[in-house]
Formats: sequence, C-alpha cells, structure tokens
Amino acid sequence: MTDSKYFTTTKKGEIFELKAELNSDKKEKKKEAVKKVIASMTVGKDVSALFPDVVNCMQTDNLELKKLVYLYLMNYAKSQPDMAIMAVNTFVKDCEDPNPLIRALAVRTMGCIRVDKITEYLCEPLRKCLKDEDPYVRKTAAVCVAKLHDINAQLVEDQGFLDTLKDLISDSNPMVVANAVAALSEIAESHPSSNLLDLNPQSINKLLTALNECTEWGQIFILDCLANYMPKDDREAQSICERVTPRLSHANSAVVLSAVKVLMKFMEMLSKDLDYYGTLLKKLAPPLVTLLSAEPELQYVALRNINLIVQKRPEILKHEMKVFFVKYNDPIYVKLEKLDIMIRLASQANIAQVLAELKEYATEVDVDFVRKAVRAIGRCAIKVEQSAERCVSTLLDLIQTKVNYVVQEAIVVIKDIFRKYPNKYESVIATLCENLDSLDEPEARAAMIWIVGEYAERIDNADELLESFLEGFHDESTQVQLQLLTAIVKLFLKKPTETQELVQQVLSLATQDSDNPDLRDRGYIYWRLLSTDPVAAKEVVLAEKPLISEETDLIEPTLLDELICYIGTLASVYHKPPSAFVEGSRGVVHKSLPPRTGSSESAESPDAAPPGVQAGEQPAVIPAQGDLLGDLLNLDLGPPVSGPPIATSAVQMGAVDLLGGGLDSLIGGGGFTPVPSTTMPTNLGAPLGSGLGDLFDLTGGVGALPGSYVAPKAVWLPAMKAKGLEISGTFARQVGSISMELVLTNKALQVMSDFAIQFNRNSFGLAPAAPLQVHAPLAPNQSVEISLPLNTVGSVMKMDPLNNLQVAVKNNIDVFYFSTLYPLHILFVEDGKMERQMFLATWKDIPNENEAQFQIKDCSLNADAISSKLQGSNIFTIAKRNVEGQDMLYQSLKLTNGIWVLAELRIQPSNPSFTLSLKCRAPEVSQYIYQAYETILKN
Amino acid sequence: MIGGLFIYNHKGEVLISRVYRDDIGRNAVDAFRVNVIHARQQVRSPVTNIARTSFFHVKRSNIWLAAVTKQNVNAAMVFEFLYKMCDVMTAYFGKISEENIKNNFVLIYELLDEILDFGYPQNSETGALKTFITQQGIKSQTKEEQSQITSQVTGQIGWRREGIKYRRNELFLDVLESVNLLMSPQGQVLSAHVSGRVVMKSYLSGMPECKFGMNDKIVIEKQGKGTADETGKSGKQSIAIDDCTFHQCVRLSKFDSERSISFIPPDGEFELMRYCGGGMNRYRTTKDIILPFRVIPLVREVGRTKLEVKVVIKSNFKPSLLAQKIEVRIPTPLNTSGVQVICMKGKAKYKASENAIVWKIKRMAGMKESQISAEIELLPTNDKKKWARPPISMNFEVPFAPSGLKVRYLKVFEPKLNYSDHDVIKWVRYIGRSGIYETRC
Repeated sequence: MTDSKYFTTTKKGEIFELKAELNSDKKEKKKEAVKKVIASMTVGKDVSALFPDVVNCMQTDNLELKKLVYLYLMNYAKSQPDMAIMAVNTFVKDCEDPNPLIRALAVRTMGCIRVDKITEYLCEPLRKCLKDEDPYVRKTAAVCVAKLHDINAQLVEDQGFLDTLKDLISDSNPMVVANAVAALSEIAESHPSSNLLDLNPQSINKLLTALNECTEWGQIFILDCLANYMPKDDREAQSICERVTPRLSHANSAVVLSAVKVLMKFMEMLSKDLDYYGTLLKKLAPPLVTLLSAEPELQYVALRNINLIVQKRPEILKHEMKVFFVKYNDPIYVKLEKLDIMIRLASQANIAQVLAELKEYATEVDVDFVRKAVRAIGRCAIKVEQSAERCVSTLLDLIQTKVNYVVQEAIVVIKDIFRKYPNKYESVIATLCENLDSLDEPEARAAMIWIVGEYAERIDNADELLESFLEGFHDESTQVQLQLLTAIVKLFLKKPTETQELVQQVLSLATQDSDNPDLRDRGYIYWRLLSTDPVAAKEVVLAEKPLISEETDLIEPTLLDELICYIGTLASVYHKPPSAFVEGSRGVVHKSLPPRTGSSESAESPDAAPPGVQAGEQPAVIPAQGDLLGDLLNLDLGPPVSGPPIATSAVQMGAVDLLGGGLDSLIGGGGFTPVPSTTMPTNLGAPLGSGLGDLFDLTGGVGALPGSYVAPKAVWLPAMKAKGLEISGTFARQVGSISMELVLTNKALQVMSDFAIQFNRNSFGLAPAAPLQVHAPLAPNQSVEISLPLNTVGSVMKMDPLNNLQVAVKNNIDVFYFSTLYPLHILFVEDGKMERQMFLATWKDIPNENEAQFQIKDCSLNADAISSKLQGSNIFTIAKRNVEGQDMLYQSLKLTNGIWVLAELRIQPSNPSFTLSLKCRAPEVSQYIYQAYETILKN
Repeated sequence: MIGGLFIYNHKGEVLISRVYRDDIGRNAVDAFRVNVIHARQQVRSPVTNIARTSFFHVKRSNIWLAAVTKQNVNAAMVFEFLYKMCDVMTAYFGKISEENIKNNFVLIYELLDEILDFGYPQNSETGALKTFITQQGIKSQTKEEQSQITSQVTGQIGWRREGIKYRRNELFLDVLESVNLLMSPQGQVLSAHVSGRVVMKSYLSGMPECKFGMNDKIVIEKQGKGTADETGKSGKQSIAIDDCTFHQCVRLSKFDSERSISFIPPDGEFELMRYCGGGMNRYRTTKDIILPFRVIPLVREVGRTKLEVKVVIKSNFKPSLLAQKIEVRIPTPLNTSGVQVICMKGKAKYKASENAIVWKIKRMAGMKESQISAEIELLPTNDKKKWARPPISMNFEVPFAPSGLKVRYLKVFEPKLNYSDHDVIKWVRYIGRSGIYETRC
C-alpha cells in the first residue's frame, strides 16, 4: 500500500467524507484520514474546516499520528485560535511524559503555534524543559525560546527566559550550547542595543571548546556568533584564529566559509609584520580553492565570496588563477562568476594564459558569457599595459568573426582602450568603421559614435558617417542621441568649415524637435557656447579627459568591509548589505571590521581618516552596465540599459560620493561644463531647493521666518592642525532645508584654492547637497562665509556617538579631517505633528522599556513659551493638560529618516526643573533628543 | 534562518511544503513556481530574490527542492542542508523521484520536523535518525533505550550508537579519485587536478578508535628526521596534501596540530575525507599527477564541406596495469551529414543525436597507443557563426590513484571489547576515474 494515493483524491464532498473518517472508531481509518488531510493541505487545499475533528485525534499513543496532527495544528491554529486552546492540555501533559522524545516534540510544536493565548500556557512547560535532565529536550527548548520571542518578546523577557538561555551557553552538552547560541544570536539581532550576547574571553573560551564537539550545523552557529565578537587586542585575536583554523578542513563548506569569515575579520587586528599573519594568509588559500570542487550551487556561493576576498586581500589567491578557468560544462552562473574573478586576478605574470583562455570563451555558445569574455579581454588591456597590444589584436580577430554581438561588445571595450592609451591604437579605426552598419545595440552605437567624434580629424569621412546616423535621429535611444550631439559638436570644432550645416541640423533636432529635456538642455548649452565664445567651447568640449582606472566594478571600500563581515551569508551572495533585502529591524545593524591595532600600517593612515572618504584625485571608474555614473563628456550613459538580474548586480555605493565630484564641475566656478541631467539621480534635487531657500531667507529679512535654533559657530578645525586653514561652523535648519554654516579662514601665508568637502557615512545619511563653493581663491588672512546645503540621502552607518559627523576638507595644500557633533534638532522635519489619536495609540504601542526620562534643570519659561519655542524647531505640541497644578505637554517630532519621537513634558510652576519623558521605537536616539531640548530651551 | 522548505515535481506541483517562519506565506510557493520552474529562460542563479524573499534551489533528476527565507541567512549552510536533506531521503527510501516522495510524504514531514527546528538545522546523520524515526509508530522503548537515543542525537559522537556487535570485524577502504584535465591542442596542460575521496565501509564492534595514515609528505618528513637514510627513499613516494576536508567524525584540531587522522567511524559506509591535488595548489606542480592518458587531436578542414579528424590516445602508466571502460568522445559539427571512421582498437560509432563520434575500448594496458581517424562530411550552410569546436572528452577507469596517494595503515583500537587491530580484516582498493578530462582541438 502506498501513500501517493492521498494526493489523487479530488472528488466533491471530500471534506464531509473525511470528517466521518476522522471520527471513526478504528485507529487505522483515523490515521488514513489524517494523512489525506495533510496531503490536501500540502497541495494548497483549505482543510481548516476539519479543525475540531483533527484535534480530536491528538490524544493518541501513536507517535506517527500525533506528529501528523501537530503538523496540521501548526498550519491552522492561527486561523482558529479559540479551537487551538483545545490542544493545550495535551501539550502540557506531553511535556511531562517520561519519554524525552515526546517531551521535546511537545515543546517544539507548542512554540510553532502562534496563538497568543497558547503562549501563556507554554511558559511553565518551557521553563521545565529548559532545565530538563535530557539534553535532547534542552536543545529543543533553547530554540523554543527564540520562537516564543518572535511571538511575544515582552513575555520572554518578563519570564526571565533570556537568563536561562544565557546559562545554557555553559551547558555540558555541545548541541545545547550550539542551539542556545543560535537562539541568542537571533534574539540579539532584533535588539541591537541590548547586551544579550555578552561575549567575553570566558564565554568565548566555552564556545571554542564546544566548537570542537558539536555537529556541523552547531559549528556554523558558533562560528557565525564568534564573528560578531571584537577581541580586545591582537593577541586575543591571534589565539582565537589559531583555534578556528582547524575548521578550514571540515567537509561542510558552510563551516569552512564561516571560519574564513572569522579569520578575515580578526586578521584585521593582526600586524602584518607578525609571522603568524603570513602563515594565516597561506592557510586561507587551499580551503577556498577546495570549495570549488563542491556542488555547483555551493561553488556559486563560494565564488561570490571569493570575489569579495580577492578585492579585500588579493595576495591570498594571486597564484591560483588556474582554478578559476572555466570548464566546458560548468553551469552558466559558475562560468560568469569565474570570469569575474579571472579579471581581478589577471596580472603581468599570468596574462598570457588568461588571454588564451578568454579567447576560447569568446567562441562559446552562451551569449552573456561570450559578451563578458570579450569585455574581459578589454579589461585586461586596460589593466596590464604590456598585454594591451595582444588584447587589441585578439579583439580585432574577434571582430573579423562578424558574430554580431561579439563585434558590438568588442567595439564598446575598444573605446575604453582608446581612452586609456591615447594615440596608440587608432590605426584600427578603419576596421571598426567597416562594421558600422551591423551595430544595433545602443551601447555599441554610442561607443562607435564617440570614437568617430573623438578622432574626427583622422577619419576622412567622419562627417558622412555621422550624418548617416543623423537620418534616424528620432528613433535612436537617448544614449545614442546625446552621444551623436556631442560627437558632431566635436567634429564641428575640429573641422568648422565643412560641417556647419551638420551642426546646425543636429542642434535644431536636439533643441526643437525633441521631447527629451536632457537632450534639449545639452543642445542649448552647446548652441550658446558655440554662438558666444567658440574658444571657450573648444576648451570645454575638447577638454583633457580624466584617467580611467585599471580596476573595474570595484565594490566601494566601506561596503566591502561590511560585506566581509557577512561572508557566507546571502549578503555576500548579493553583494548588498542586509538592509537592502531584509525587511524590518533585523540585520539593519551595520557591521564593520575591527580597527587594526598595534600595526605598522596605522602610522601611514592616521586614525582620524574616515575610511570612506578619499578626497584625493581618483581616476574615474569605468561604469558598469546600467550604472548612472558616467564621465560626463565622453561616455554618455543614457537611462540604465536593462539592469542585470537582482541576484548578480553589484551595488555601486560609491555613486553618491563620486557624483559629488561630478557636481563640482557643474556648479564650481570657472569652466562651465554641460551636464546631461540623466546622470543626476533624482534625490539630488535638494540642492536646488535649498538654494531657493537661501534666496528666500535673504529677502525675508532676519527673523521673518522662524527657523530652528542655530548654535553659535565653534572652531572645528584649528589652523594648527590643518596647515593654516581654520574652519569654524555650525548647523542650521531653515524652511525645511539643513545647512552647514562654515567660515573658512586662511591663516597661512599662501593662497588657498580648490576647496572640496566630503562627509563620511553617518547615522542619518547627512551629505553635502552641493559642492563647497569658494568663488575666489582665499588670500592669506582672509575669511569666507559659506552656507553648505545638506541633504539626508547619503549612505547610512551608525556612529558612536549617534550624532558624530566625520568630515574631510580638501584644498590645494592637502586633505584635512575633523569630526564634529551636530545637534539632532536640525533633523526634525516640518511635518512632525502627529494626530491626537495616533499619538495616543503610538504611545501605548511603544513598549515601556523604550521610555527614557530626563530632567531639564533651571529653565524659567512657562508652558506656552516653551511650546512656541519648541515649535520653532519643529517639536510640536499636540495637547496640553493641567494635572494637579502641573502642566503636561504632549509633543511629537519626526526625524528625517522617519523615526517618530513622542514626548511628555511635565512643568511645575514653582519648580524650574522639568521632567521630560521620551518614547521612541529607536530608544538610542532619546538621549540626543534630550540634548536638543536642552539646547533649544536654554537659548 | 530557513523560513520554509518546498519540494516540487517537474511541473511545479507542490509535493511537500513545510513552513517554519511566519514571514513566509503560501504565496511564496507560487512565486517560486512562476518565476523559476516555469521561467522560460535557463536558470541563471541558484539563488533567486523575488519580492524581498530569497529562494535557494537544487534539482535532483526532475525534482526541485527549494528553501525560502526573508532573512540574511548563511547561504552556504542552506545549500549544504539541501544536499544533506537529499542524502537523508536517499538513505531512507532510495532515489529521489516524484513517486517515492509521494509514497513517503508522511516520513518526509517527520524528518523535516526533526532535522530543521525553526529553520535551524539539527542533527541530520542518518545513522542517528534511523534509531528513532522509523515509521513504525512508537515502539515500547525502555527508558534506557530512550536516553541512549537522545544522548546519541545530541552527543559528541552523534554519528554512532553504542552496542554495535559484529561477529567478524571488517573494514573496506576505497581511494576514489577523479582526474580532471584541460589540455591545449598542442599538448600543454592548461589545468589538471585530482579530486579524491577516501570512502570507508566499517563493520566494527563497539566504539572503535581508528587512526588512518597515508603517504603524507609532512608526516613522513617529520618521522624521517630520525633516520636520515629513509627520507631520501620515502620522500619520493610521499605526496603533499594540504587541502583536504574530513568527515565530521575526524578530530580536526588533532589533524591541525599533529597531522594525525583519528576518529570513531560511523557504522557502515561514509566518506572519511576529500582532498584535492595537482593544479589546485601552488606548492605542487602538475608534474606530480600521473595523467593516465594523453589525447593528441588533429583536425583539418578540407574545404567547406569536409573535416578530417585524427585522434591518438596514449596510456601513461605501468604496463602491468589495465585501464577499463575507455571512451573517447569526439564532437562533430551540427551540420554533419555523414561520418566514416577507422580505428585500430575497440569500436567507434558516429552518434548523430549526440553530435559526436564515440570510440569505446574495453581494456588497455599501460604504455600503449591507439588511433582513430575519421572523415566528416558537412552540409553547406550559410550560418555565419563558426562551429565552436567543443573539446574532445575522455572517460576511463584505472586501478591506481593518479595523485600518488597511498594508504599506509589504518589501525583500530577498541579498548573495551576483546579484539585487537590484528583481528580486523581490512581491504584497500584504488580507483582512478576520469572527471572532466578534455583536450581542446
């Protein structure tokens, strides 16, 4: 007799029949019926109507039947909470059963029934099971605490289960320890501020001991937990590393990757001079390579991680190029990832081999793979100068194959090669021009047009070629249109006599016949430039191009560091921080690598230097496909071309920073560069708004518009520390826009110029909304006042203290770093007034432990004065009550990132001290809100 | 952690659906079917993100296993778990097929309840599971039996139960290697590596303590220090192994510190270790691998409608050994209209459905050579795209380990029972198979 028959019953009246069978006296028949119910449930039929009948079968000695009923309960209890109570008795009874397997089963299942009423009954049995004599029951109970916490966190805390769970970390049984660690880690994740997993050298020692004894899964839980620990010094880091390295030879790839994560993280703390550091580096290579002999899905996970590791520490795998060679029957996702890593590892030493491989790949079948291979050849040329010649000839060979997509891809990369090595390979232009007709993809067409425009003086029939594109101007994609416009203007500047007609034609097409604002804008800019000052036009349009970098698609360093902390997890597969794909509070805590201690490196890079800020000249990065970043003049990237699938796309977090630089050239004094506004993400609309705000503010006169309280300027960067540049400043919020009011003073003897500013990632994503504009060079002993508009769309990283802001300022002399604290009230938004009802509900809803109380001393204002004063800074009074002679003010405010803070202010007429109670879902801000209250009220 | 686990048939119908977390709804089941199983495109990634929900999948024949989550889980762990799940199911009811899954769905639910708790993998060793998940209903276990089960499931030696008895203590060791090669048409080794496994079948009584020794260079050099004379000799026969992984029964910290492989084995068959050799690491050159065969291709295009192919294979091992199941696969273009083959040894056939000439030789001794030549007629096409010339691949089986690995000893100690190392009957066997053994042409 087989069970598959249960899947085939589809007749009508089935539920009725099942009901009868469930109530049958015969045990066998009952069991059969329950099996049918489960089968129906699996395929998605609604069998919730049978709830009472199924629950009636629960009282049985037959363990198999019992498990089936439990399975049913877990699925439907939520839809029938009242009925589910019927089951409670059996659970409680089972928790006392002499058989540990039954006790564990009961506690395991009970935790899965997410009904509030049941959880109350669960507490007592769970308490007993956590202290059960049998380890099997204890390990099940440990996980059950996490389940209960997910349903009712408050209950778990009130009942003291967290302490019991912490005790289990010292349990004698390794599996109990492992499950307790897993449960605690999960609970801790939803309470970032709590100190639940109080890891100290003693508890770490216990974990390391359990690591040697528990199951493969338990080892993963423990290693993942260890990775969150911050050793106090390099010696401790080393001793943990020593005890973790044996895990590198585990058969389970997840154990290996989690061990790699711990080592990569703690390695940060070890000095490079240490012998052990070198040993560790050597030990890391073989296990990573071994991962590539695992099943393809795991290979994929491993390769995504290796991609990160290679960027972080290229030395580990620099000799292992061959293992990344693609095998003919690798799945496509493995092939593409291997190719990525091959490009990263390519160097002068191995380039010959790599090129030979890439050439093979370019003849394969899969279109994506072939394209990537062709692109890779171009990247090699850019990366390894010695190989450039060979790469170009390989690309030409490939163009000769006339395979359409190969040709197009080759042209796109050849354009980059031209930029990297000007005046070297232009001889191939003729070959390229032969293929003009076969190009049907916008990117390839745009690249070709760029080449024609750039080298117009060497191509005899450049005007004819460009003219041929012009015929179907309106059918082209924006990318091609923009490029064509620029190319023709370039051509005109180079050969003005013959091409006047052509340029007029394209300008009128762009400005008069196009609906695209970007195209029109650019057209007008060119038009005006050409008509007012042709010399300036030449300087702008034919300007020197910035260098392009060797490495491509690099992950921004701070993101990379964060991802290294997530090795082995989904974040490392997606190359995105967890906050990008996880909902809710979980995983939002940012992780970062430990700072290097006692290392020789720290001398080179002063601690003050924020990791993300590199204000020095950076070569522009070749944009990845679909990236908004483009070199404005030379590579026009229209709207992103069909983005790669989510799973494989790398996030270019650097975008915001680099765009800052781009804007520099847009608004910065001096040269006026045409900018296609497509390259400006919408969120940068802010600078315009704030500019208007400033204007408004000036005309409105002082005091006409109530703004937030502005603290007097303080010196942030003393001249001593910054080679004569003194910076003082403060923060202001006016009419909805935040600004940084700066005074730059030149106390040195030389003239200062070329100012620029950048912020490190901070808690609220504050970032300059416009570049630092210093219109004239700053002469010695001169000061300039600047209002720098800010927005809050920058990258977010939790800082300590929360309102810490690290700033880098650059001028012609050097780059300087300083950090300052900003008052939180600049982040209070204008629509922070909550509805009365909403306020009441929210106040109740926020758990009591999130409430914080503060005293505001020596303030002699009355309730109304306070209200109006606070209102000026966007703290809104919602209600006022008089209770027993005391004035109670209920207030709300909202931060730029959407966090609401509710406040109750108690004012006694006779007493100059007020009591401030704050409630907020993110209690860590409370303290800073209090500081803001203090500042506002006392000034 | 894992929020849910679904098993589908090839049509995308759900066979098993078990949800562990509240954030995974019924619509997740459909989302995967629609976006992955029914997707028109070939699968581009084993991890798919649909509406902030991540799906991990593996396929066994035409069955899809998918794990679902909304959190930042340990991705490597999820895949390892899915593989383990397949192993467990295979151990219980054989091949993973729609029929078998439907027939055992109650068992599968029971297993899933046991090995995944709230999405956290628990002990999933079949040896342990089979002691209490039996599908026989509850047996009247004595209290002792019960606590034995629980202590085994949670204990340090979760893979073996106490009280195993055999009349004859016996063990089998198989050294299984697969050689992978990618060679250029000119005979240059582009990549070569060996991936090997030591599989043990143990039928031993009690809780035997085992120690396994092989010709590991580091160990031999260490021992050889005393007798300088021996180092010279054994140095040649030893091989460097430094990227290997072990079954969880092996004490890893002991291997790390002393390089000794000691363990208490599970009962029956298991994979003791896995290792890689050859091109996989930088300390060794590919010279150390014995490449059992060399393939020398010669392809000549005669005009646009004819190809001449000549392939020579050379065996490269001791003449006293015999290679078996030799198969050479020579790909032919898609527009092949006819093939004529002449071979010195074995049988060769053109298989139109596979676009290849398949040449089979039953046995071949070491240091021999054989040749095949073929004329391939082509239909004229106006297809612009050139034929991609897939590599010539080869299959074979040889009775030695191409990496040079040798088992030196496997000692068994069981202090509580009265049998000694000498009483155990031990068998050792070496099998070298071709992995992906390709020569470009």
